[in-house]
Amino acid sequence: MHSQPDESGKKLGMWLFLYTEIILFGGLFVLYAVYFSTYAHDFKEAGKELNRLLGLLNTVILLFSSFAVAAAVTAIQKKEKKTALAGLAAAILCGLIFLVNKYFEWGHKIEGGIYPNSEKLVSGPHGQNMFFGLYYVITGLHGIHIIIGMTLLIVSLIFVQRGKITFERFALLENSGLYWHLVDLIWIFIFPLFYLII
Amino acid sequence: MKIQYKGIRSWLLTMDHKRIAILYLFSILFWFLLAVLIGGLLRFELMFRGQTILSAELYNSAFTLHGVIMIFLFIIPGIPAIFGNFFLPIQIGTDDVYFPRLNLLSWYLYMAGGGIAIVSLFSSGFPDTGWTFYVPFSISTKTNVSTAVFAAFVLGMASMLTGLNFITTIHRMRHKDMGWMQIPLFTWSLYATSWVQLLATPVISITLLLVIIERYFNVGLFDPAKGGDPILYQHLFWMYSHPAVYIMILPGMGVISEIIPVFARKSIFGYKAIVASSMAIAIAGSLVWAHHMYTSGMSDTAIFVFSLLTFVVAIPSAIKVFSWVSTLYKGSIQMTPPLFLALCFIYLFSVGGLTGLVLGAVGPDIHVHDTHFVVSHFHFTMFGGTGFAFFAALHYWWPKMFGRMYDFKKAYIGAILLTGGFMFHYVPMFILGLQGLPRRYFDYLPQYETGNFYAGFGAAFMIVGIFLMVINLLSSLKKEKDASSDPWGGTTLEWQTPSPPPLHNFITEPEILAYPYDFSGVVERYSKDDKGE
Repeated sequence: MHSQPDESGKKLGMWLFLYTEIILFGGLFVLYAVYFSTYAHDFKEAGKELNRLLGLLNTVILLFSSFAVAAAVTAIQKKEKKTALAGLAAAILCGLIFLVNKYFEWGHKIEGGIYPNSEKLVSGPHGQNMFFGLYYVITGLHGIHIIIGMTLLIVSLIFVQRGKITFERFALLENSGLYWHLVDLIWIFIFPLFYLII
Repeated sequence: MKIQYKGIRSWLLTMDHKRIAILYLFSILFWFLLAVLIGGLLRFELMFRGQTILSAELYNSAFTLHGVIMIFLFIIPGIPAIFGNFFLPIQIGTDDVYFPRLNLLSWYLYMAGGGIAIVSLFSSGFPDTGWTFYVPFSISTKTNVSTAVFAAFVLGMASMLTGLNFITTIHRMRHKDMGWMQIPLFTWSLYATSWVQLLATPVISITLLLVIIERYFNVGLFDPAKGGDPILYQHLFWMYSHPAVYIMILPGMGVISEIIPVFARKSIFGYKAIVASSMAIAIAGSLVWAHHMYTSGMSDTAIFVFSLLTFVVAIPSAIKVFSWVSTLYKGSIQMTPPLFLALCFIYLFSVGGLTGLVLGAVGPDIHVHDTHFVVSHFHFTMFGGTGFAFFAALHYWWPKMFGRMYDFKKAYIGAILLTGGFMFHYVPMFILGLQGLPRRYFDYLPQYETGNFYAGFGAAFMIVGIFLMVINLLSSLKKEKDASSDPWGGTTLEWQTPSPPPLHNFITEPEILAYPYDFSGVVERYSKDDKGE
């Protein structure tokens, strides 16, 4: 009767949790959709002020990090601990580079007088204020998720190192990986919505 | 579960779902009774024109506090976190929830949320916005909205994690002999509720975060002067908060579906219809949020669609009411306090549901929008519905949870005071609302004096009734354990285990009935008892 819970349930729980994260961002995307339809022209103009190259670079970085995490999950199942550690380390490094890029991007915008409630935005066209308002809120929340994801990856890394995550018990690593993929996936939506409006 | 703690740590570090449920029970009861008393103060203030005991500012904070506590700290977690935690694993024949540690974390998040709400009380004043935190007032008011909103955010997390835990448990931990159509209806209702919790709660989380962000950074996402749209806040808010209404009522309906067949000694009428209607309510209830906003400014098409969908939700709710009543028909009814409360539930909930249709139809809603009619309507559904189901559940499962039977007479008196007071309290509000008394007003014109005066007496009876019932239950704890494993003659698995259940829930392998409400065995046993065999 005291059935030991099978590992697959942990994955089910994680998927349910990821679902809530999607809805969390979904609320913001609803705001985006409404304001985009109201201020399509302003959004296009404002989108031009973002650095597409930096955005693209960040996209590539996150895609690569997702690959590294996926590789780590596969490696641990094949008992290749060193490859798994390397994959995780690479992914964490990518997350860090992403944040540094974001820091410079935000810093540059703030220097240019574009930040929430700034003179320039409040007195400028309403649509641009909405665009940059959403830009800061959504990329900010995404940045927090990157930090949470990195924390999970670091914990996984330590556990792999100490042998607490093995080829038999790797649910934590797999779930951290799933979380990281989700953070990556959300960025895949953010990137075109802000950087690639034509 | 490897380490056995003793004393207080055996409670604070427990991962046993039954102990966590009891932790929830006492923390939720505390908040509930507090909010009841605050509600009583509000009604006392309104009994007479002008200022009686509360200043206008304090009155605004008090109704906000009453709403926030009742919604986020009592009704939403109430039945799932206490009775769901305790009985869901037992009803599906297993020894715990799937994530016991997450379960304990949920309780700590709940306590943290309550703690943060208290902090906001004693720093620059509790919000005076009402529990809806509508912009622009919630962004411009000087009271401490951020802290209160953050409390609601944390409580939302607790509720989400509980939902996640329940879904996983029902999918992965069910007894191997139990198919989907053998699951008791209370567990089914929790399954539907958990999905709504997962679906909807993140929307309120992000909305509340946006209120905090607006207060600190003034982005202007809801500020027309900066290009934002305040109506969007209302949409986001109700996108969660309307489904949340079903988070509140579905578990209550599940409780009633358990109680009615047991005391009618008769299989529940329309088991599959009740299951299907739970899921239908969960789905349709997620698509009706804008009926709170008919007067806010929407296109006529949108209003038409939302009104239509609102009427659609009434159908599955009515199916349940018909099923309960049909179950009682030709049953051999045994009157007990839980059944009495369940019958009151059916009546009060039906009134609440029918007046909901008055509000769901656009024309009448324009007339009574934001009046006392609305206040009365949602108290009939939330208090007359979920609140009574909560008390029914408390009286139904108390002997199982603590192994002690309470005094029936006091329970009946409490329940009658509560129900009588309830009618006396809320019926005048319907009339006041139709006459045009707005909700949330500190003072009113002379023509509304009589109704408000009488409502105050009803409130007093209700409060006495509630306290009598709670004290009666608590005083049973002083007695020796006297409840048998099956004091009512139930068929679901929790009645196959001793009262209170042991650590791993079952001593012997539970016997799964082919149909969960098969009373032939119970009837046989009772008729043998009658013959003295």
